[in-house]
Amino acid sequence: MAVGPQVLEAAGSGGAGRLARLREWWEQEEVFGYGLILPALALLVALVAFPFGMAIYFSLSDYWVGSPGGFVGLANYREILGNEIFRQTVQNSFVFTAIALTLKTVLGVWLAMLLARPARFKRLIRGAVLLPFVIPTALSTLGWLWMFDSLYSVVNWTGIRLGVITPPGPNWLGQATYAMIAVIVVNVWRGLPFFAITTLAGLVAVPREYYEAAEVDGAGSWSRFWLVTLPLIKPVLAVVILFSTIFTFGDFNIVYVLTRGGPMNTTHLFATLAYQVGLSGGNLGQGAAIALFIFPLLGAVVFFQLRYIRKE
Amino acid sequence: MATARSRGATIRSNAFTYANLVPFVFFALFPFYFMFVTSFKSNAELYNLKSSPFWIQTGVVTGHYTFLFGKTEFLTWMTNSLLVAVVATSVSLVLSVFAGYSLSRLRFRGAGGFGTAIFITYLVPPTLLFLPLSQVVSWLGLSDSILALMVTYPTFLVPFCTWLLMGYFRTVPREVEECALVDGATRMQTLFRIVLPMAVPGIICALLFSFTLCWNEFTYALTFISQSSNKTAVVGVTADLIRGDIYYWGSLMAGAVLASVPVVIVYVLFLDYYVSGLTAGAVKG
Repeated sequence: MAVGPQVLEAAGSGGAGRLARLREWWEQEEVFGYGLILPALALLVALVAFPFGMAIYFSLSDYWVGSPGGFVGLANYREILGNEIFRQTVQNSFVFTAIALTLKTVLGVWLAMLLARPARFKRLIRGAVLLPFVIPTALSTLGWLWMFDSLYSVVNWTGIRLGVITPPGPNWLGQATYAMIAVIVVNVWRGLPFFAITTLAGLVAVPREYYEAAEVDGAGSWSRFWLVTLPLIKPVLAVVILFSTIFTFGDFNIVYVLTRGGPMNTTHLFATLAYQVGLSGGNLGQGAAIALFIFPLLGAVVFFQLRYIRKE
Repeated sequence: MATARSRGATIRSNAFTYANLVPFVFFALFPFYFMFVTSFKSNAELYNLKSSPFWIQTGVVTGHYTFLFGKTEFLTWMTNSLLVAVVATSVSLVLSVFAGYSLSRLRFRGAGGFGTAIFITYLVPPTLLFLPLSQVVSWLGLSDSILALMVTYPTFLVPFCTWLLMGYFRTVPREVEECALVDGATRMQTLFRIVLPMAVPGIICALLFSFTLCWNEFTYALTFISQSSNKTAVVGVTADLIRGDIYYWGSLMAGAVLASVPVVIVYVLFLDYYVSGLTAGAVKG
């Protein structure tokens, strides 16, 4: 079959025309905007939104590793809420989050104020203080595990030498209260730099004149802090606290490495319990339901962020 | 102007600052020092209750490190970590540059909503979704492979980097962009030749944080991978150097020290970017 030159020409020009039209279409701000955001959106829909939907479905079904089960309604939730270990976990999570967050906030603001003062080796000190935040948490927690060892704990060794601890000293990770203290200490150790450095950024932005004016008015250092510093760093601090709330509440690494939730489940958080039930135990349905208890808090944090903080 | 009294006050104030900073610096650094010292101690000294835990008295021993290289898959774990970090970071950065530019600069319907959606995923802790994700990973046929991590890490890297980059893109003056468009550049060319070069600090920040987040990630790497030779450095050291109830503290600490080295190098080289990224990420949120 012979193809005439006219046909070829028509096809060619049609192609070029289509290409030009396509380019013109692509150059529209709206189309280009959607086009650029599409890949990221597709990823997040496939691997965040969809799994989230799955988590809800799992939690409403009798789903075990390797054997998809049927819809059971709220049975998993009912079972969890009646479970002693779960109730213990709820209590642990709130105690852990409340204490760790308070310590991180108070110490973080204090450290930020110290870092803001003129000092030599400023960069070096900031670099050192920030280090716990940079090193892989699971690995530094291994160091803490060794420091809290039942027999060779360096904390007890030092305490006994100094006469503050009566030998043999507490079994840090084997007794409920001490284990909770240990987990909180490590969380504060790791999270403090983030609080301090971000608060520092807020502090540096406070104009010097404010302090000078307050000083002229006869305000002491304490009232300068309450009346000048705190109100001005409040927005930054609020973001940091909200941000940290959700990640402290959803913590996994520290508890998993340090105590695995023990002794007697007294340090379990939602994430570690979900791991134990859902993966080690194979009960995906209940595991997913437990993990979903992190969600209401996440929702509250998102609400506050969007409602109050991004407005400012 | 400096009178004797004010000089005295300055010295006192400096002394106050340092005296209060010392406990913080000690608290921050001691665990690392202790891990480092432990990794070079002989077992005999390590498990002798009489010897001081703070320094090495009976000689530096490198046996824990040679054990790591000779008897474990430590090098494989490090390679896996590196591969995962490089691939996940590259993919995420490309997606985030596109998404960040689109959300911060282009006007289209729904842009605000997409921005909020990405912000919300930025706040989702990985521990909320690891169970269903492990199923998705197995449906994709990626269980027990580092591909599983390369695919899932962008879920937390993209929201973070997009958010970070949006802040930097906003600082590029709109006029510069409009000039390029008027001169006949396509939108893609404008993005790559005009906007990106002006946002280089942001790109470095995003790279830095992505790499660190990948290298340090624990939950997914622990959940999705069970075969030792497919583990990342962090999980390999944490999970595979502890056999049953026996802790080889020397080699554990050696592994923890060595597996932290890449992150520390990156951190030391780019400290200022790190600090600015940290504050931008949180404060601009």
